[in-house]
Amino acid sequence: MNPKRILATTTRVLGQIRHDHRTMALLLVVPALLIGLVAWIFTDTPVFGQIGPEMIALFPFIVMFLVTSIATLRERRSGTLERLLALPLGKGEFILGYALAFGLLAIIQTAVAVGFAVWVCGLEVSGSLGLLFAVAIADALLGTSLGLLASAFARSEFQVVQFMPALIFPQILLGGIFLPRGQLPQVLESIGDWLPLSHAIDALSAVAHNDQAASYIWIRIGFIAIWIILSIVLGSITLRRRTN
Amino acid sequence: MEAHAAAVSITGLIVRRGKNLVLPGLDLEIPRGEVVGLLGPSGCGKSTLMRSIVGTQIIASGDVLVLGETAGSAGLRHRIGYMTQSPSIYDDLSVTENLRYFAKIIGASTPEVQAIIERTDLSSVAKALAADLSGGQRSRASLAIALLGNPELLVLDEPTVGLDPVLRVELWELFAQLAAEGATLLVSSHVMDEATRCDRLILMREGKIIAQETPPRLLELTNTTTAEDAFLALIHASEENQSKPVGTAKHRATGE
Repeated sequence: MNPKRILATTTRVLGQIRHDHRTMALLLVVPALLIGLVAWIFTDTPVFGQIGPEMIALFPFIVMFLVTSIATLRERRSGTLERLLALPLGKGEFILGYALAFGLLAIIQTAVAVGFAVWVCGLEVSGSLGLLFAVAIADALLGTSLGLLASAFARSEFQVVQFMPALIFPQILLGGIFLPRGQLPQVLESIGDWLPLSHAIDALSAVAHNDQAASYIWIRIGFIAIWIILSIVLGSITLRRRTN
Repeated sequence: MEAHAAAVSITGLIVRRGKNLVLPGLDLEIPRGEVVGLLGPSGCGKSTLMRSIVGTQIIASGDVLVLGETAGSAGLRHRIGYMTQSPSIYDDLSVTENLRYFAKIIGASTPEVQAIIERTDLSSVAKALAADLSGGQRSRASLAIALLGNPELLVLDEPTVGLDPVLRVELWELFAQLAAEGATLLVSSHVMDEATRCDRLILMREGKIIAQETPPRLLELTNTTTAEDAFLALIHASEENQSKPVGTAKHRATGE
């Protein structure tokens, strides 16, 4: 691992996005606007107070997954990935370079989304605001690392796009947004308990309603962190220098 | 010992892509310090052969030794410059930003980036985004990246495609200079009239090498005056040898 090459890759990825103002703007405001829309839909009801934290878990997660997997997909399409892998750049250096760049964007995006939900949409957070940020950022980083894994694993563009419904939708369905996980059939509940998004949702709700100890939340952040590390390691392993 | 090894030494290289046998057992030896032209019609396996040499192609069997090491080994990544067929550059970065990034990966210096920009005649567009360049400029930017770090072997896949004749001549002069400085260049083309600019020619067809000669020797052997005619003569000769049915010449090489 050479930190110089990792940072060079991070700087390069951020440079590409910096040149694309519209992407930058979309990346930073879309999750916030979606949360605003949900708040508006449920204006005169107490529903937003219930599902607001879940929306913070959902939108940045999905957006970061999409953006990251498409960015690495472009790298594959343009031939620059093949070129890079013929050069002295480690596969881990490549993946980490991307993870850092999009991780940084995820942090800014999440800060905007959480700030918007709390101060503009009036989401009530009974617990620690700092913890809310910590969980939301872990969650967006999870989206980034799963996006990296998906595009490293995929062999074609179509496969990358298919990973969105395959990897993301089950997590949403089993995460407890549609129906609390305790009310799901036993098998589905057990599966849901192992999925990382479920833990982000649990932790965010717990912070918002301040009904759990801080250790409950940190355990969930730790669980998400393990998923992030696993995805990055698995992504570096599955990336192939030789292709057909 | 290793310094005397051939630039490329291939024995029994077999590459399959799906059910297609792209390279059905290829042997090749390329000496150092020459501009070697790899010529043949589109689809004959030139790019696959180049990717096998660079080490990005999955091969079914065979030995590919490059500069004395097995193709694709980590030690070779500093020593080979590779230009893919379509320009592989970042469209949303400027020419200089593209080169600076790859220079950092290879470990080349900033002055070297400047020198290569001048050498590939990109100074006037150095600050422009790659997406805004013409096809020829993009292709030269991609070539410039391959030149970073003074590689001992340059594998260039159709670097002159779509360039105007003046630029093409300039590029061939650059290739000759690089070879004079000690580099080995493997340059593919499907344009037969570029053949005369090479020190040595490899003619390929349907995954096989049908000739490897210096240009004058090739014309002498086939009793022809142009590379295209020599190519056709060789195809006819090989078909007669194998008593194959005539009519497979539909992959006739096209000059531009």
